[in-house]
Amino acid sequence: MKESQFHRDESRETLDARVNTPEREGLTGTTPSDAYSPVRDPEQITRPPDGLPLHHQPQWRKDFPIDWPQDHYVARRDFAKFMVLTSAAFAVGQLWIGMQNVWRRHRGTPPIRRIASLSALPVGGSLVFQYPGPHDDCLLIRTASDKLLAYSQKCTHLSCAVVCNVEEGVIRCPCHEGLFDLHTGRKIAGPPPRPLPRITLDVRGADVYATGVEWRTI
Amino acid sequence: MSLKRPFTREQRMTVIYGMIAFILILVILQLWLLTATMNAYLGGDEGVIWPAAAASILCLLLNTGLLRYLYFIERVRR
Repeated sequence: MKESQFHRDESRETLDARVNTPEREGLTGTTPSDAYSPVRDPEQITRPPDGLPLHHQPQWRKDFPIDWPQDHYVARRDFAKFMVLTSAAFAVGQLWIGMQNVWRRHRGTPPIRRIASLSALPVGGSLVFQYPGPHDDCLLIRTASDKLLAYSQKCTHLSCAVVCNVEEGVIRCPCHEGLFDLHTGRKIAGPPPRPLPRITLDVRGADVYATGVEWRTI
Repeated sequence: MSLKRPFTREQRMTVIYGMIAFILILVILQLWLLTATMNAYLGGDEGVIWPAAAASILCLLLNTGLLRYLYFIERVRR
């Protein structure tokens, strides 16, 4: 090929950060096979980040002449791929909730279980029992001689154990100052997003039985 | 050899910025769906679980379609 074919286009020459520059031909080994071809794909003409021509660039940029526009494009494309992967993870999470719900329905309603005797619980007192599972702590509260209340002891915020205060009529979570109403279990203040699950009770003679769990969103 | 693509690199850069904006909106919508559905599930409200899952999968399909389109416009035609 003739020398006149190589550097005829001045504007292209100043934008071309590849190694096809005077005295540096082929030094870095990154030169594509058609580097000396007079006809080039316009997308192979790179542009430094500051937009200045090649002879104004520092030496290190001449030594490592990466394709900056392509680098920016590929970075954004990879970011888009990562976001689609995140989208897939969220969709899998939704399906996982659905499967958990199927499993919960499959287990059915919890069994009726005796949890305490009335004589063991004075008016204004409370006790902890486990229902429906052995690790599901609940609070049984006696607010009057004929009134019993029971709630899950796990705060709906981050599952800390709540404590009841019958005199003030509240159930309090000490971790993040969540407050629930003692009589309804609904949130009064703080970060909990839902009311406390209520345990339905049945008094048979002198014994108190738990008959089910009432989950609530409001 | 001259390589032909449906769009130039500058045009594809504009396309990908728009695409990322759209994908981000969909992903944020999915995040909201996931937290709302989890809250409903933990509160015993089962009515929203499968519709929310369907909406989330629809968002995923839209995102996947956008990504496929991105690769489509990158294809080289000689």
